[in-house]
Amino acid sequence: MLNFPDLSKTPKIDTVGVREIVNRFCKRSIKTSAKVHGLHLALSMIDLTTLEGKDTPRKVIQLCYKAQYLHNSMLNLPDVAAVCVYPTLVGVAKKELIGSGINVASVATAFPSGQSTLEVKLNDTKFAVDQGADEVDMVISRGNFLAGEYNFVFDEIAAIKEACGKAHLKVILETGELDTLDNVRKASDIAMYAGADFIKTSTGKISPAATMPVTYVMLRAIKDYYKKTGIKIGMKPAGGISTAKQSLQYLVMLKETLGDRWMNKDLFRFGASRLVNDILMQLEKQESGIYQSLDYFSKD
Amino acid sequence: MSRIDVLKTYKIFIGGKFPRTESGRFSRLKNKNGDLVANICLSSRKDFRNAVVSARNTQKGWENITALNKGQILYRIAEMLEGRKLQFIKELMMTGSSKYQARSEVEQSIDRLIYYAGWSDKFHQIFSSVNPVASNHFNFSIPQAMGVVSVIAPNEFSLLGLVSVVAPVIVGGNSCIVLSSEENPMVSISFAEVLNTSDVPHGVVNILTGKRKELISHFASHKDVNSIIYCGDNNEEIKEIEKVSVENLKRVEIYKRKNWDNKTSQSPYFIEQFQEIKTTWHPTEA
Repeated sequence: MLNFPDLSKTPKIDTVGVREIVNRFCKRSIKTSAKVHGLHLALSMIDLTTLEGKDTPRKVIQLCYKAQYLHNSMLNLPDVAAVCVYPTLVGVAKKELIGSGINVASVATAFPSGQSTLEVKLNDTKFAVDQGADEVDMVISRGNFLAGEYNFVFDEIAAIKEACGKAHLKVILETGELDTLDNVRKASDIAMYAGADFIKTSTGKISPAATMPVTYVMLRAIKDYYKKTGIKIGMKPAGGISTAKQSLQYLVMLKETLGDRWMNKDLFRFGASRLVNDILMQLEKQESGIYQSLDYFSKD
Repeated sequence: MSRIDVLKTYKIFIGGKFPRTESGRFSRLKNKNGDLVANICLSSRKDFRNAVVSARNTQKGWENITALNKGQILYRIAEMLEGRKLQFIKELMMTGSSKYQARSEVEQSIDRLIYYAGWSDKFHQIFSSVNPVASNHFNFSIPQAMGVVSVIAPNEFSLLGLVSVVAPVIVGGNSCIVLSSEENPMVSISFAEVLNTSDVPHGVVNILTGKRKELISHFASHKDVNSIIYCGDNNEEIKEIEKVSVENLKRVEIYKRKNWDNKTSQSPYFIEQFQEIKTTWHPTEA
């Protein structure tokens, strides 16, 4: 049923052109009420993330609390979209978020390197789903992709998708390791045709993580896929987006590339942790007229 | 054909860079004959905001540099200023100082930097103490940097005044954002060039030019600023600063003095004013 995409027809990417277009997205002036609206929207799209070796259940509990009570002194704040953790901590997060409407996302498939056997990856995925993950963030095998083994990558994604069951699958391309925008486009197509619900730029463990040019190429891939099949795929830039201003620039790019239908948390996410507090500071500034300090916002 | 002089564009100093003001506005600085001397940036609140970000990012690192090294860096600023003495004298004279006044102001500025460079590894001893307590504890108090300080520099003595308030702030491990003298902002930007070649980490001193009227309330209200220095005697401005500084309980220091060329304008107590005292209880054996 799944079709492998015809990669010979993948459009070639004009890197200079992409940079030019992206620059233009960064020059919009978004002020006052439009800014507040945009920042609220950005907040509602955030996957609050902790993916460290030193994560503990308490840290995740704290993060889940932050997800539900971003900043108590401000009214009418939206909740974030999801909390993103390692598979072993999914159970903890799930329990904390019962009834909150906030999803639990889990990374899987030997995150972040993806260097493991398919069997281990499948078990990893199944474990996360059994623990209650609503969303699974998998990594592709970049080594195989760069070696030209596209079928291998395709089959792997398809197999993980099957293992996910009802959980949504986000496919991390780790664009920082793919070297060229042409590769990003190819990997995007492979992931979408193999059944991804979302495509995601990065693990956050490699620099550069999400950049606007890479995200733009992926958004265009989503657009082409939608035109061809009528299926809407979501987009998640992750890593390196830490300021409210950047988040607005991404939203401008999203709106002008894919339009209003993508402007919601079902089809667009930010993978970030520091971004939340910067947005909160901007909102507070907008309300009070006074520049804010991180000292007055909870860390996790 | 005679050569056309290349004039300097006076820009502002944020995070070790010399950007133009975000606002794109400027004012014309004229000498007493009414001739145009330079175009000066009219900084906006956003320039200030950016400066606070860079001051905050760099502050901990600066505080953690050893006292000896901080002293060396202050000494280095003095050395660099000495080397460019003539330029500063000329700039001060352009806006009304006599040659004698200008020379004296520059020389005193250099000496003041040396003075505070010397205090760098000595003020801790003066302001810390071992306190007698009634339990088995070794109890001691030490000064620590406050953090980010915003500075409204004196209008008089555009160079010496600025050096006199900034040097004690930074030698204590703080970083600062300075609004330079409105009357002669030129030398403050040239001083920024001196700072930039003296191993002062980027962002420790940020210098803006512009109007007090527009910027003072932001200097005083920003929540990521720990303390503010105001030099001047305009009661309206002082009232405004004291009112909005309450927002995050900033420490407010008002210097009404105008005698920056006097020896009483240098003292280790100017360093102490921007220190927090930390007291530690350390258990000892009975």
